[in-house]
Amino acid sequence: MSMRVLCPHCGPRSIEEWVHGEIPVVPDTITDPDGRDIDRGYMHTNPQGAVREAWFHAFGCRRWVTVWRDTRTDEWIEPPV
Amino acid sequence: MNEHPEAEITLRWSEPEASYDVIIVGGGGHGLSIAYHLATRHDITSVLVVEAGYIGGGNSGRNTTVIRANYGIPEAVRFYQHSLERYRRLEEETGRAMMHDRKGLLWMAHSEAGVRRERARAAVNQAFGAETTYLEPDEIAAACPEIDLACGGGFPEVMGASFHQGATARHDRVVWALAEGAMRRGVHVAPRTAVVGLVHDGRRIVGVETSAGRIAAGIVVSAVGGNVTMLADMAGVRLPIKTHPLQAFVTNRYQHRFDPIVASGDLGFYVSQTARGQMLLGAEIDRQPSYSRGSTHDLLASLSHRAITVLPFMRDLRVLRQWTGSCDMSPDYSPIMGDTGVDGFLITTGWGTWGFKAIPAGGEFMAQRIATGVVPELMAPFSLDRFERDRTLADRGSSGTH
Ligand SMILES: Cc1cc2nc3c(=O)[nH]c(=O)nc-3n(C[C@H](O)[C@H](O)[C@H](O)COP(=O)(O)OP(=O)(O)OC[C@H]3O[C@@H](n4cnc5c(N)ncnc54)[C@H](O)[C@@H]3O)c2cc1C
Ligand SMILES: [Zn+2]
Repeated sequence: MSMRVLCPHCGPRSIEEWVHGEIPVVPDTITDPDGRDIDRGYMHTNPQGAVREAWFHAFGCRRWVTVWRDTRTDEWIEPPV
Repeated sequence: MNEHPEAEITLRWSEPEASYDVIIVGGGGHGLSIAYHLATRHDITSVLVVEAGYIGGGNSGRNTTVIRANYGIPEAVRFYQHSLERYRRLEEETGRAMMHDRKGLLWMAHSEAGVRRERARAAVNQAFGAETTYLEPDEIAAACPEIDLACGGGFPEVMGASFHQGATARHDRVVWALAEGAMRRGVHVAPRTAVVGLVHDGRRIVGVETSAGRIAAGIVVSAVGGNVTMLADMAGVRLPIKTHPLQAFVTNRYQHRFDPIVASGDLGFYVSQTARGQMLLGAEIDRQPSYSRGSTHDLLASLSHRAITVLPFMRDLRVLRQWTGSCDMSPDYSPIMGDTGVDGFLITTGWGTWGFKAIPAGGEFMAQRIATGVVPELMAPFSLDRFERDRTLADRGSSGTH
């Protein structure tokens, strides 16, 4: 298996060229401001399934792309509706 | 021909009963070690280990088995040194051969910053009981002549290294010996039984829902490796864990004995020779958080390239097998053990890419906490609440890869 990220500028490029960027999600159930800061700083939703994330094409055009991925299979997916 | 004649290991599975004092979710090294220590040290045998697949089928049966204590912070050095010493006596204690093999570990630096890191590592190791020294390049050449100190000219040369007294052991045998030791004293182990929910009584956890029905428990312990967020979600506990794949591969046999384990932080890889003479290679985690156990050609190509940079003889070897585990990565690269803020629900996680070496000590201390209610001193710094207390244990440079 070879994992590639689709760059709108460079086409599909090997994962080795990319830096992963998490888009943090602090749950609405955490209302205390300090609690939200700690959550944003350290905690992760770590989902099994669809996740929205950013990738930086570090060894390429040096631009960010935002994509959806299924973390159970590492397949790129359409945004869930 | 069997070099290690011994009585056959007897593992007897159990149909779960209706209720136990302690239910441990996850039959990896850590879950089984907790069960083993509850039974052998505290005489607590009303214990069930529930395992979704087969015991040791998670990371405990997929790792590269490096046992070492050359960490970068005092809390970690003391903890892992204790575990390393427990491993040295574990074959005798359990009566089971584990192919425990003491080995030196060379950790190379290719930069001024790397040299400072390895000197600091040796100093903090010596101060807190681990056997580590600093080596100059000529000493590295003497310890491991196969290393190309010039790195083929394509990568910064090797400028120094720390040298540590570590070990390796056969992972399945560790898992089986702990399972057998626990079962022999009355602990139940139920493979092919997945926990799909937790039973709540107000704010307290009082049991588990499994594929085989509901089972009551005084205490539920999560020891599920990369799956930990699923368990924590059920308990309403938010965790600082991301699950990342970690890949490894072995080559065919190298016809010479290759003694030390060789690691390079700057190149992000390590290699050791197995008892069968194969070369076993590991790297950093895959960059994307993922539960996939797919292995990639990208990793194979990049890791082979890095290995050949330092060890040119590996050019002539062939790749035999490649595989992947799912690692529970903590943000400070230190483990998380103990209370969760939810009564009746304890956790051992954050073992990431480095938890095999911790199986004896992790199980010993978690069992002590469960049996006595008191958190052992060597375990206390690794509590989950360290993040909200701003007492993180940053140790990335020394846990990074194995
Ligand atoms: C490629 C690789 C190389 C590594 N190299 C090293 C090394 O050299 N040195 C080192 O010290 N560490 C190393 N590690 C890390 C080490 O393997 C792990 O930290 C350690 O094995 C963790 O043990 P565990 O018992 O916590 O988890 P695991 O062994 O993963 O066990 C967890 C178990 O829980 C079960 N489970 C999950 N969900 C459920 C559920 N809902 N119900 C019931 N059961 C469930 C799983 O099936 C699994 O068997 C490496 C890891 C990998 C992947
Ligand atoms: Zn690009």
